[in-house]
Amino acid sequence: MNAVNDLMKPVAFPNPYDVPLQELDPSPEALYDSGQHWAYFERLRNEAPVHYCENEAFGGFWNITKFNDIVEVDSNNEVFSSEPNITIGESKIDFSPPMFIAMDNPKHDAQRKVVSPAVAPMQLAELESLIRGRVATVLDNLPVGETFNWVDAVSIELTTQMLATLFDFPFEERRKLTYWSDIAVTSPNVEEYGVSEEKRRDVMLECLEYFTGLWNERIKRPKKNDFISLLAHSSATAEMDPLEYLGNLMLLIVGGNDTTRSSMSGGVYAMNKFPAEFKKLQENPKLIPNMVSEIIRWQTPLAHMRRIAKEDYEIGGKTIRKGDKVIMWYISGNRDQDVIENPDDFLIDRKRARHHVSFGFGVHRCMGNRLAEMQLRILWEELLPRFSRIEVTAEPQRVRSNFVMGYTHLPVKLHAK
Amino acid sequence: MANNEQDTFMPTICFVEHDGTEHSVTVNSGISLMEAAVDNDVPGIDADCGGACACATCHVMLDKDWFEALGDREATEESMLALAAEVTDTSRLACQIEVTDALDGIKVRMPESQF
Repeated sequence: MNAVNDLMKPVAFPNPYDVPLQELDPSPEALYDSGQHWAYFERLRNEAPVHYCENEAFGGFWNITKFNDIVEVDSNNEVFSSEPNITIGESKIDFSPPMFIAMDNPKHDAQRKVVSPAVAPMQLAELESLIRGRVATVLDNLPVGETFNWVDAVSIELTTQMLATLFDFPFEERRKLTYWSDIAVTSPNVEEYGVSEEKRRDVMLECLEYFTGLWNERIKRPKKNDFISLLAHSSATAEMDPLEYLGNLMLLIVGGNDTTRSSMSGGVYAMNKFPAEFKKLQENPKLIPNMVSEIIRWQTPLAHMRRIAKEDYEIGGKTIRKGDKVIMWYISGNRDQDVIENPDDFLIDRKRARHHVSFGFGVHRCMGNRLAEMQLRILWEELLPRFSRIEVTAEPQRVRSNFVMGYTHLPVKLHAK
Repeated sequence: MANNEQDTFMPTICFVEHDGTEHSVTVNSGISLMEAAVDNDVPGIDADCGGACACATCHVMLDKDWFEALGDREATEESMLALAAEVTDTSRLACQIEVTDALDGIKVRMPESQF
């Protein structure tokens, strides 16, 4: 993945204020890796917070860009359906494995409740010392004074180790999880830099084959608290067909991997863009929990979620029609100055930092949010006593996506304490 | 001015942490139980969604008598509680309970998982 992304050339888009409002389209993937999406969303929030547009790849869809409108749509699961999928695109080869994030109730709750015990708040205390030990090992083995890719050495390594534990996946083969996660979120619309839908399907079926082996092994043993064992031993999921097993695996792999990975990189990047905040943190490490929420807001690891209206619905003076596609742009809601003061600034002591839309709201709200926060908290608790500075030596390279707000390369040089 | 005493009455709410630590706050009627906690920096009520019944981070547990006195949960509240941890028969979301004078003296417990 890194190799292809390294070749990525930026694409120049018109200034959003030069585009007729009804044609303003914030969905092209190449807007995002170059940071041009910010101005597009700023104009939409100010001039057309509930806005309809059409795009060759994605058809017609509504853009919801203000914080409170996003909360309203996200929490109204009666009107806004998550089926058949929760991202802006449609599969052109009819390959959409079912997963509970893309199911409405009652099925959603039944399946979610099967796997949520693995990341439930009470479970986290048991995971904390394991995570801290791993973070310490990774950080103690990093080079000091020479530039390396933070994304691969820290963000990917730590989130992949966590994921391997949650699945009780063979630890030495854990990078398979990273590979499958990257392929799972690749958009066919960036084919030149990503992979085709056919290739993606083939890789996902390899993933299913591997996990079927793990399922067959877990089903023979007593139930324990890893995702596969929970799925195999619970009545709501034991009879899933293979594609549905795959869909839920993709959900759990991506949900627990790409997101926290991006926040682990984004936090370091933010500290370099706002150096006064790093000083503030060094002087007062008690700010770490609040800072973690601010990192998750500032980064917004997933840019959007999509819904389909099940009936006509009035919002922001517009009427969304039954059957319309609706995109909630979390990346924009988190920059809404009517709800968040100075939203472009990264402020680790921001008041009410938890009030962000990155985890979504309503019944589909992020299941692993407490675990994500804990991983980030521990990372920073262990970074501070080890290094005096975490220097970003060049601008990062980003994933070309309108969904995953991630980095492929973040060159970092550590300074000794 | 005969009702002056009633007009200025402010009910007292007691929030109890999972370890038994009590936080008593005296607030105006008309706000939500969630706001009563947040406005007074009571730990354990995160209220991530700001009171939209959309995140289940203001989960509280009531005594049976208070639970019955407050009436049924709405469907949205039921659906959010269905996904919360440590839910009991008397669990509520504090953002969905309005503070009234009648709530004076109520004790609500908070789950360990919200700390």
